[in-house]
Amino acid sequence: MEIVKELKTYTEDNTNGVKIWFKAARVIDFPENGGACVKYKGLQIAVFNFSRRKEWYACQNLCPHKMQMVLSRGMIGSTTGEPKVACPFHKKTFSLQTGNCLNAEEENISIFPVKVEDGFVYIGFTR
Amino acid sequence: MKKCTYNYVINLDSLLKSFAMQRVIVVGNGMVGYKFCEKLIARSREYEIIVYGEEPRPAYDRVHLSSFFSGSNADDLLLASRAWYVENNIELYTSELVTSINREEKTVTTHLGKTDHYDCLVLATGSSAFVPPIEGVERNGVFVYRTIEDLHQITEYSKGAKVAAVMGGGLLGLEAAKALMDLGLKTHVIEFSPRLMPRQIDEDGSQVLAHKLTQLGISIHTNKGTRKVEGNGKLEKLEFTDGTSLSIDMLVISAGIRPRDELAKASGLCVHARGGIVIDENTRTSDPAIYAIGEAAVYNNTVFGLVAPGYEMAEVAARQFTGDSSKTFNGFDMSTKLKLIGVDVASFGDAFGDALGSVPIIIHDRRNGIYKRINISEDGKLLLGGILIGDASQYNLFHQMVVNRIPLPAQPESLIFGRGEADEGAGLKSLPETAQICACENISKGDLVFHISEKNVTTLDGLKENTKACTGCGGCTPMVNDILKLTLESLGHTVKKTLCEHFEYTRQELFDLIKVKKIKTYDSLLNVQGKGDGCEVCKPAVASLLASIWNEPITHQPTIQDTNDRYLANIQKGGTYSVVPRIAGGEITPEKLMAIGRIASKYNLYTKITGGQRIDMFGARVDQLPEIWEELINEGFESGHAYGKALRTIKSCVGSTWCRYGVQDSVSYAIFIENRYKGLRAPHKLKGAVSGCIRECAEAQSKDFGIIATEKGWNLYVCGNGGSRPQHARLLVNDVDTETCTRLIDRFLMFYIQTADPLTRTATWLNKMEGGLEYLREVIVNDSLGIGDQLEKNMTELIAHYECEWKKVVESKELRSQFSHFINSDETDSTLSFVEMRGQKYPANWKSSPQQ
Repeated sequence: MEIVKELKTYTEDNTNGVKIWFKAARVIDFPENGGACVKYKGLQIAVFNFSRRKEWYACQNLCPHKMQMVLSRGMIGSTTGEPKVACPFHKKTFSLQTGNCLNAEEENISIFPVKVEDGFVYIGFTR
Repeated sequence: MKKCTYNYVINLDSLLKSFAMQRVIVVGNGMVGYKFCEKLIARSREYEIIVYGEEPRPAYDRVHLSSFFSGSNADDLLLASRAWYVENNIELYTSELVTSINREEKTVTTHLGKTDHYDCLVLATGSSAFVPPIEGVERNGVFVYRTIEDLHQITEYSKGAKVAAVMGGGLLGLEAAKALMDLGLKTHVIEFSPRLMPRQIDEDGSQVLAHKLTQLGISIHTNKGTRKVEGNGKLEKLEFTDGTSLSIDMLVISAGIRPRDELAKASGLCVHARGGIVIDENTRTSDPAIYAIGEAAVYNNTVFGLVAPGYEMAEVAARQFTGDSSKTFNGFDMSTKLKLIGVDVASFGDAFGDALGSVPIIIHDRRNGIYKRINISEDGKLLLGGILIGDASQYNLFHQMVVNRIPLPAQPESLIFGRGEADEGAGLKSLPETAQICACENISKGDLVFHISEKNVTTLDGLKENTKACTGCGGCTPMVNDILKLTLESLGHTVKKTLCEHFEYTRQELFDLIKVKKIKTYDSLLNVQGKGDGCEVCKPAVASLLASIWNEPITHQPTIQDTNDRYLANIQKGGTYSVVPRIAGGEITPEKLMAIGRIASKYNLYTKITGGQRIDMFGARVDQLPEIWEELINEGFESGHAYGKALRTIKSCVGSTWCRYGVQDSVSYAIFIENRYKGLRAPHKLKGAVSGCIRECAEAQSKDFGIIATEKGWNLYVCGNGGSRPQHARLLVNDVDTETCTRLIDRFLMFYIQTADPLTRTATWLNKMEGGLEYLREVIVNDSLGIGDQLEKNMTELIAHYECEWKKVVESKELRSQFSHFINSDETDSTLSFVEMRGQKYPANWKSSPQQ
């Protein structure tokens, strides 16, 4: 639960506020059009490789519906162009652009900026 | 800093406004109190709304309280979160009870001593459970069934109890009985009157219902008056007026409701002699500044103990606040349909045939537990009311026929003889525009048709959003859906079940496209036939199609699979997985049993026997899965595909090899069939069974395909289903030899795989099939379409491509590496937590969201 609380205190991030670019893993370690979970300090971050769009997104790994650490295992896709992830448990979907829950009244999730350099994936944190 | 200023501005703004705004205080935050707020803000923003609720949480769905026991948590039941009240500028005070009203000063005072001024007051104080004055009801272990707190107490107390009784066999009492049953208690229902649900159903209907409930393990005692609740401190037994007694550990009283009118009474409002705040047709009490709605109110000497009339009163009251008196409350049709413990019960119109000259037509089918009664007018022209038990699928239609006085067909008995479902569409067409479809939200057929034809709403979700239909009890959903389909069709829309926004094709069309164009991957299908990036609907659907057509290992495209297929295991509460090796036909050697025991013990897995005669091992971390499977495979096991929309198990009884009654070797045939179709992926999971004789111990008639031995060979049944809507399998062909039987199953399964919609079980597939079983028999047995050979050939190809998915993973370093929680660390998920029960581990319960 500690991790949960810490995650909750994270505010929505943008690249300007990033203080730390955390080198997470190699691009080739990630599945295509899918996600994996990155450990950063006490946090679990779900990182998604949208290979079709050549885009990357990151969000908290915790699904706020039943407080399960699983979003990285969810299927990704889009709705009217907006990238999203579906929680494997009950298929609650969340926008990876805004963190909003798209198909239910769940809390928003935290999202994080991602950049790719020299074959490595970096996630941006404010601390 | 910026944010603070912003908040301040909003507050100041609302403060200024409030000088001009009228203050409405709503006393009570139950379902009806909440509905009033919702209706008022939808009509006017000119009021300042303040709500006092005595319970600790915002209004929740009391109608579905018993779902709390089957896994829902308190938050799931909330009608709206606290955030909703904030967003709509409604001040909500929970855990704060209004204790007095000063009508001269127009103030209320709460138990905290706070005084608040109102311009208008709405009393939505609801009702409390009536506890009859029986000696000993104050004992420990006696509960009422009304609030979430009651449920918490019942749950807590039940842990030390084995046998429970519910006093009261009415609607709520039977709900409570279900809850107790869900808690694992032996449950009795005690009813004072000679029948169950005396207000809704008649004697014969009650017998059918009682019989069904008895089959489910609930003991029913009617005609029982309770004299005394006996015990030493806590309750031990009930003593009845007939001299008998019943030993129990806990008692839940559900003997009716009493309107909460004490506040109204103390402030001098007019209350009814038998309880309840008297209101007029505008829901106004004897004080023109005070309204009363819901179960606390009495209109025309009647308390309305259902949610729909409460919502209707909320609507009338909300309109009053905007000066709209066009709608009044004039009593309410108490017709009702519900599913009690899995048994449909409906009662509508003049259910008991009280009207002069009313003629009942009754079907009483004891074998199938179905009772249908319709009361028709003396001249045979109109339906007046009726009762449906066991099958209430025609309720909506019948109810509308009563309300709208739709003329009966020439042979009114045809309404209840036969299945009658085919007529439903025709019935809908004849409904007038004014026919009320959603009783909770009072939505007419005309409202729905208007939104569909004028506002271009073309989906069920769209209708829900725009009209709020189906958002109350949900009972009207099938009818709303049918109206949507009919209206769209009448507008010339082709109603096509496309997969999702990314593919404008049906599953069957995609099946053909994939096959003809020889498409092997999701990405190439999306490139050629779809658009966008896909989603959680089309990805697994296409994955299933690809597997059903090419049967290539699903591990080649892990990210389009549902999580269970992606990790080749079943995700469980807490995020760990369960592992099910195949035990074909349920036959296993002692050595293999010991191997499972050893492996489960080594990895500390919870073990349980499944319904399909195999063993499920729960609680494996994702990184442990390959190791566990490596050991299982070394012991000679292979994947059981419990994670896939695929063939699961073929259950069997021991048959002629051991059983003195058996006429065929059911185990050998079950093992043969299970090995033949293992790994076969389909639109939904597939289950089968083989019974060795007519006694049917393998329960083959509840399976997608079931085989029952006869003296001459096998009878093949198809399209049965257990689950939430059980359906018996239908006899496709009888007395066929083993080879023919297998060939017909090949055809049947392949035909299902090629033509069913995604996530449709065989039972539903058959129910929707034009021509039904006769047509299916023509295609499969008599080969009327000439596709029999092709279907068999397709099946042979699929069988030839079978590989154990887990064996491939275990042998591949690359595939194994995908089974880790973190991509950048070998650590495991530190948030996993378990509790112990009966000597095994269980996942800790769902955590609730910290916000609420």
